[in-house]
Amino acid sequence: MTTAMKYRNDFLGEVEKNVEEGHWVRMCMQCGVCAGSCPLGNAWAHPPQELFMMIRAGKREEVLSSDSMWMCTSCYNCIVRCPRKLPITHIMHGLANYAHRLGLAPKGQPTRETATLFWNNLIKKGRVNELTFSLALYFKDGFVQGIKNALNMQAVGLGLVKAKRLNPMELLGGHGVKDQAGFKAMIEKARQIEDRKKGFAK
Amino acid sequence: MAKKEYAFYPGCSSQSKASASNYLTSVNAMCDKLDVTITEIPDWNCCGASIGYAEGGELPRLALSARNFALAETHLPGKEMVATCAACWLAQREVKERLDGSEQLLKETNEALAAAGLKYQGTTPVRHMVEVLIEDLGYDALKQPVVKPLEGIKFAGYVGCQTNRPFGIAGESFENPVYLDKLVETVGGEAVPYDQKVTCCGGALAFSEPDKSQKQIRDIVESAYDHGAEMIVTPCPLCQANVEIYQSEINKKQGTKFSMPVLYYSQLMTIAYGGSAKEAGLDGQLIKATRLEEIAKK
Amino acid sequence: MNAPATPKFAAYVCSGCGIGDKLDVGALEKIAQKEGKMALVKSHDFLCSAAGVQMIRDDIANDGVTHLCIAACSRRAKAEAFSFPEAAVSRANLREGVIWVVAEGADHDEVRQEMAEDYVRMGCAEVKKMKVPAGNVKEASSKRILVVGGGMSGMTAALAAAEAGYEAVLVEKSGALGGFANKLWKRVPFASPYQEAQPVGAAELAAQVSAHAKIKVLLNSTVAETSGAPGRFAVKIAQESGSVSEEVCGAIVQATGFTPYDIAKLPELGGGQPNVVDQAGLEALARAADGGPIKRVDGKEIQSVVFVQCAGQRDATGRHLAYCSGHCCATSVKQATYFKDRNPEIETVVVYQDLRLPGMGEDFYRSAQDKGVVFTKGKASRVTGGDGCQVDFKDLILNEDASIGADLVVLATGQVPNAGVNLDEWDATVTAAESGDEAAKAKKIELQKISVLNLNYRQGPDMPQFKYGFADSHFICFPYETRRTGVYAAGPVRRPMDMLQATEDATGAALKAIQAVENAARGRAAHPRVGDLSYPIVRLEGCTQCKRCTVECPFGAIDEDEKRFPKFNEERCRRCGTCMGACPVRVISFENYSVDTVGSQIKAVNIPDEFEEKPRILILACENDAYPALDMAGIQRLSYSAFVRAIPVRCLGSVNTIWITDALNSGYDGVMMMGCKKGDNYQCHFVRGSEMAFYRMSKIDDTLKQLGLEPERVQTLEVAITDNTLVAKLINDYAEQINQMGLSPMKGFG
Repeated sequence: MTTAMKYRNDFLGEVEKNVEEGHWVRMCMQCGVCAGSCPLGNAWAHPPQELFMMIRAGKREEVLSSDSMWMCTSCYNCIVRCPRKLPITHIMHGLANYAHRLGLAPKGQPTRETATLFWNNLIKKGRVNELTFSLALYFKDGFVQGIKNALNMQAVGLGLVKAKRLNPMELLGGHGVKDQAGFKAMIEKARQIEDRKKGFAK
Repeated sequence: MAKKEYAFYPGCSSQSKASASNYLTSVNAMCDKLDVTITEIPDWNCCGASIGYAEGGELPRLALSARNFALAETHLPGKEMVATCAACWLAQREVKERLDGSEQLLKETNEALAAAGLKYQGTTPVRHMVEVLIEDLGYDALKQPVVKPLEGIKFAGYVGCQTNRPFGIAGESFENPVYLDKLVETVGGEAVPYDQKVTCCGGALAFSEPDKSQKQIRDIVESAYDHGAEMIVTPCPLCQANVEIYQSEINKKQGTKFSMPVLYYSQLMTIAYGGSAKEAGLDGQLIKATRLEEIAKK
Repeated sequence: MNAPATPKFAAYVCSGCGIGDKLDVGALEKIAQKEGKMALVKSHDFLCSAAGVQMIRDDIANDGVTHLCIAACSRRAKAEAFSFPEAAVSRANLREGVIWVVAEGADHDEVRQEMAEDYVRMGCAEVKKMKVPAGNVKEASSKRILVVGGGMSGMTAALAAAEAGYEAVLVEKSGALGGFANKLWKRVPFASPYQEAQPVGAAELAAQVSAHAKIKVLLNSTVAETSGAPGRFAVKIAQESGSVSEEVCGAIVQATGFTPYDIAKLPELGGGQPNVVDQAGLEALARAADGGPIKRVDGKEIQSVVFVQCAGQRDATGRHLAYCSGHCCATSVKQATYFKDRNPEIETVVVYQDLRLPGMGEDFYRSAQDKGVVFTKGKASRVTGGDGCQVDFKDLILNEDASIGADLVVLATGQVPNAGVNLDEWDATVTAAESGDEAAKAKKIELQKISVLNLNYRQGPDMPQFKYGFADSHFICFPYETRRTGVYAAGPVRRPMDMLQATEDATGAALKAIQAVENAARGRAAHPRVGDLSYPIVRLEGCTQCKRCTVECPFGAIDEDEKRFPKFNEERCRRCGTCMGACPVRVISFENYSVDTVGSQIKAVNIPDEFEEKPRILILACENDAYPALDMAGIQRLSYSAFVRAIPVRCLGSVNTIWITDALNSGYDGVMMMGCKKGDNYQCHFVRGSEMAFYRMSKIDDTLKQLGLEPERVQTLEVAITDNTLVAKLINDYAEQINQMGLSPMKGFG
C-alpha cells in the first residue's frame, strides 16, 4: 500500500519542468497503444503508458531507476499511433537523459553506456569516428572482454574493411569538423544553459 | 527541366570509408544521371543520431543540427538542404520543428551557436533524398533514364522507421508506405508484398541489445525470404548496415542460412540508369548482389 | 367519405416485369373472373405505368369500381402508383412472391402457375371482405401539448411546441422552473471548442418560457388525474394550495427527470460521512463559493479533491445501479475544472474505471488534463470521510493497491429516473386490494401518490417502465414513443443522459407530440401505421367480457365501461390488431383487416388432394419484418418452395387462432408464423405482439392433438427484416420436414 501522499503532483511537476517534452505526460489517456506498438515491448518492465501513470502517481525513484526507457529503439511507432499525439519517443529519451544526468539510471545499462560513448565520440571532433566508437564499445567492459568482443566481430570488421566501409586509418585521426574550437565552444555553451535550466550539478 | 540544386548533408556514415560509403557513391552516380546537383555543406557536423540523447540532452542536440542549418544558410543560401541518411534528415527536421515552434529554445540555441559565430535563421527547409526524387522529379522523370530495367528481380522494399515515422513521406501511410515499392517498379524490378516493411531493425540498440535487435533483423530477413524476395532495398544507412552485417551473426548463433543482399534505392537506380557496379557502390556489399552486378556488366 | 351504395369488384393482372413470360396471364384472368367473381377483369403489360394507373382510375371514375384486386408486385412495391384512397385495394403478389422465388425451369411451370392462381384467388377473396376505412375525424380535437416537469427537458419541449405554433401547458411540481439545472454552478460545454464549463442558462430559458404567449406555466402543481386519449386528454391539475383545475390537451410530454442515486446507500464509499459528497453536493459547495475558493461545510478551503467515478453504478452485485448514467464522467471533468480554474495548485484527481465522454466530451477531457487534473484508472474499494478523507483503490494500470488523501471526496452516483409507478407492482397491489387485503389498499394509495400521470387507464396510472425502471421507449425504431399513445417521454426519465442530450430529446418529443395531435384530429393512426384511417370496431352484443382485449392491448387503448364491456379509445390505438387476435369470440375487426379478410384468403387457396402429393403451407408473416424479408428473398432471387402461401398480417399479435385451426381443418399441411424478435431486446413494432403470438401458440398443442395432428404442423418463428436468406432456408427446411412427416390427414374434410 502506497502512502496517502502519493498521487500528489510533485514528481509530475518535476518531469514537466525538467524532462524534454515532459509537459505532455499529463495528456496520456492510458489507452496502451504505445505499449502494443513498441518493437521491444516485451523488454519493457514498464511500457510508456505505465511510466506516465507512475509519474502521475509520484513514483520518482522507480521511474528514474527503471531501465524501461532505455529499451527505446527510436522507431517512432508510438508517436505516430498515439491517439493523443504525445511525442512518446522524445519523452522516453528525455526521461532517460534526466535519469542519466541525475545519476539515477541503472549502472552498466548497455544502452546508457553505448549512448554515452557515442556522444563523447562525436563531440570530440564533430563527426562520429565509427572505428574508435566500435573499439570503445568492445573495450567498455575491460581489456580482456574487449579482445573477445573484437575477435567475435573480426570477420565482420574485416569484411567492412575489404568493402571500404571501415577505415583502419581512422585510428590515427579520421573525419572531423574543421572549426574544432567553435564547435566545442558551442557544445560547451549549450550544455551550460541546459545544466542551468534543469538544475544538473556541474 | 530546370537543373535541381541542393545543399547536401551526407552525414557521418556516408563519409569515405565509413559504413555507408557505398550509399554516397551511388547517390553521386544517381544524381549525375538525373542532372541533380548536390553541393556538400561546408564543415557540417554529426546530427547526434537517435542515440545521442542520453548524454547529449536537449540543447546540445538542438545546437548540433542548428549548426548545420546555419552553415547551409551562410554558405549555400536559398538552397534546400537534402539528407540521404534517415537519422540525419529526421534530426534536422525535428530540430527545425522544435526551434520554429519555441522562441525560448530558439533563443537558447542561438546563444550556443553564437559561441561558434553562427546564427540559425530558420530559412532552410530540409528534405530527404527520396522526397527530392518523387516530389521534385516525379516517378515519370525517374523512369526516363532507365536503360537496364531490373527485370525479373524481386525486391523486398524495407522502409524501416525513420524515413517513415514520425514525419514520413507526404501522402504515404505509416503502416504501409508504398513509395519504395514504386521506386523499385520504376526501375523495372518487382516489389514483393511482405509484412515487415516498416519493422524496426533495432536501430542503435544493435550495439547495446544485440539479441533483441537480431530478433528484429531475423524477422525482417525471414519475411523477405518467405515472400520470395531476392534482395532487400532500403533508404536508411542504419537499416542497411544492421540488416546486412548481422545476417552472418544470426547464421552463426541460430543456424540460419541467410545471405540476402541489402541495397540502397540509389544503387538500384544507378544500375538501371546504366551505371557500372563500381559507380553503384556494389563493391561495398558484404553480401554480394550478384544479379545486379550481372546486369551492370551487360 | 361517401362509399357508393353498390360495390363493384375488379381485378387487374399485370404481365410486366416478366410475369407474362413466366405465367399464363389469361388463365389468371379466368380465375379472377370465375372463382374470384370479379365483375371486371383486365390485364396490362405495364400496370404501374401512367397508362395502366389511368386505366384503373377511369374504371373507378366511370365504371363504378369500388373494390380492386391488383395482381402484380408485392404490396410493398409501387405503393404510390397503386394508391386509390377511394377504393378498397388488395394486392396479389405475383412478382416477389411467385416468379422471383419459384425455381427456374419448365419443371416448375405447373407449381409456379398454381401458386400464382392461388394468390389471385386470395386477393379476390380478401378484397370482397374489405371496406374503405371511413376514418373518424374529430372536429373538436385539442392540439394543446401538456408538458409535465419544468426542468431543462420540459422547458425545452414546451418552448419547441410553442415556437412551432402549438399552445403548451407546463406543469411543474416545485415553485420555480429549472429543475435539477437550478442546482448546478456551471454546465459542460455544448459547443466548440468544448474546453470550458459554461453558465447553466436555466434561468434564461425559464424567463423565455414564462414570457412566451403560447405557454401557460403552472407552478406548485402536479397531475392528479389524466383521462381521455390523444386529441382529448382531460388532465386534472392539483395545486399545492389544494385547488384542482382541468386542462384539456391533445398530447403529453413527460419530462420528469431524475434523482441522484442516494449516496446513503454507499456507506463503503463514505456515503453519509463528513466531507464525502455526491456530484450535486459539490455543485452546492461551488454555488456557495460563488466563484471564490470552494470550501467544505466546515469552512475549510479545499486544497485537494478526489472524484470517484461509477460510485454505485455499473454494479454487478445487484445492490446498486447496474447501468452507466452516461453524464457523470463529463460532470466530474467539469467539477474538477471548478478547482483548477480557480487555483491550479489544488490537487485534483479523478479515479475512473473507464472514462466515457460521449459526443465531444473527449475534447473537454483533454482540456481538463491540460489544466492539470490527474486521471487515474482505478476502482475505489473504500472511502473514509472526515477531516482528512482517504480513497483506497486498486490502480488498474499499475495493478496495485493505492490510496489518496483529500480534503473532499466526490462520488459520481448516477441517475435514477422519476418514472412514477411500476405497473407490475401496481397490478399486484390492485389485485390484492380487490380481494380485500387492507395493506394492499393502503399501498395502492401510496402508489397513486408517486404516480406522475395518474392515468385512469385500465392498465395502470403511468406508462410502462422499461429497463432499470426508466420510462418506456421503443428503443430500436421509435425512441420517443411509449406504449401510451400521445404520451411521450423525454430526458433522463427515458434513459440516463446529460443536459445536451436531454434538450435534444425534448425537441424530438415535442415534434412527436405535434404529430400525435395532428393525427388525432384527422382520425388517423400514429406510428407505425401512420395515417391509417381504420380503427377497431367491436360488435359488443357478441362480447363475453373475457377482458383479454383490455389486458393484452400493448398500448392500454382499451378501458372497461361501467358494464364491464371493453371501451375502445381509438385515438390511443395503434391498429396492430392484437385485440382482434385475442378475441375468442371474434367480435373485433377493422374495416380493411379482419378475421374474415384473412380467413377468406386461407379458405380461397385450392388444396390439392392427398394423391397429388402437393402440400400446402400457410405463412402468416408480420408486415413490418417477415413479409419484407420474404420480398427481399425474391429480390435476391433466392428460391423457396412453391407450396407456401404467404399472407401478411399487421402483427403476429393480431393472428386469431381460428385462422390456424381453419387452415389445418381445410387440409393445409403446415402453418408457419413469422414474427419479430421478442423478449427484452424486442424488435416488434407493437412491442408485445410477437411475444403474445408465441404464448398463444404454445397453447394450441391441445387443439392439434384433438385434430389428431402433430404439434410440428404449426411453427412460430422469429424473422428479422434482414433475414432474407434465413427466411428462404426456413421455408425449404420446413417443406422438407412436412415431406418427411407426410401430408395432413385432414385433406378432403375442409
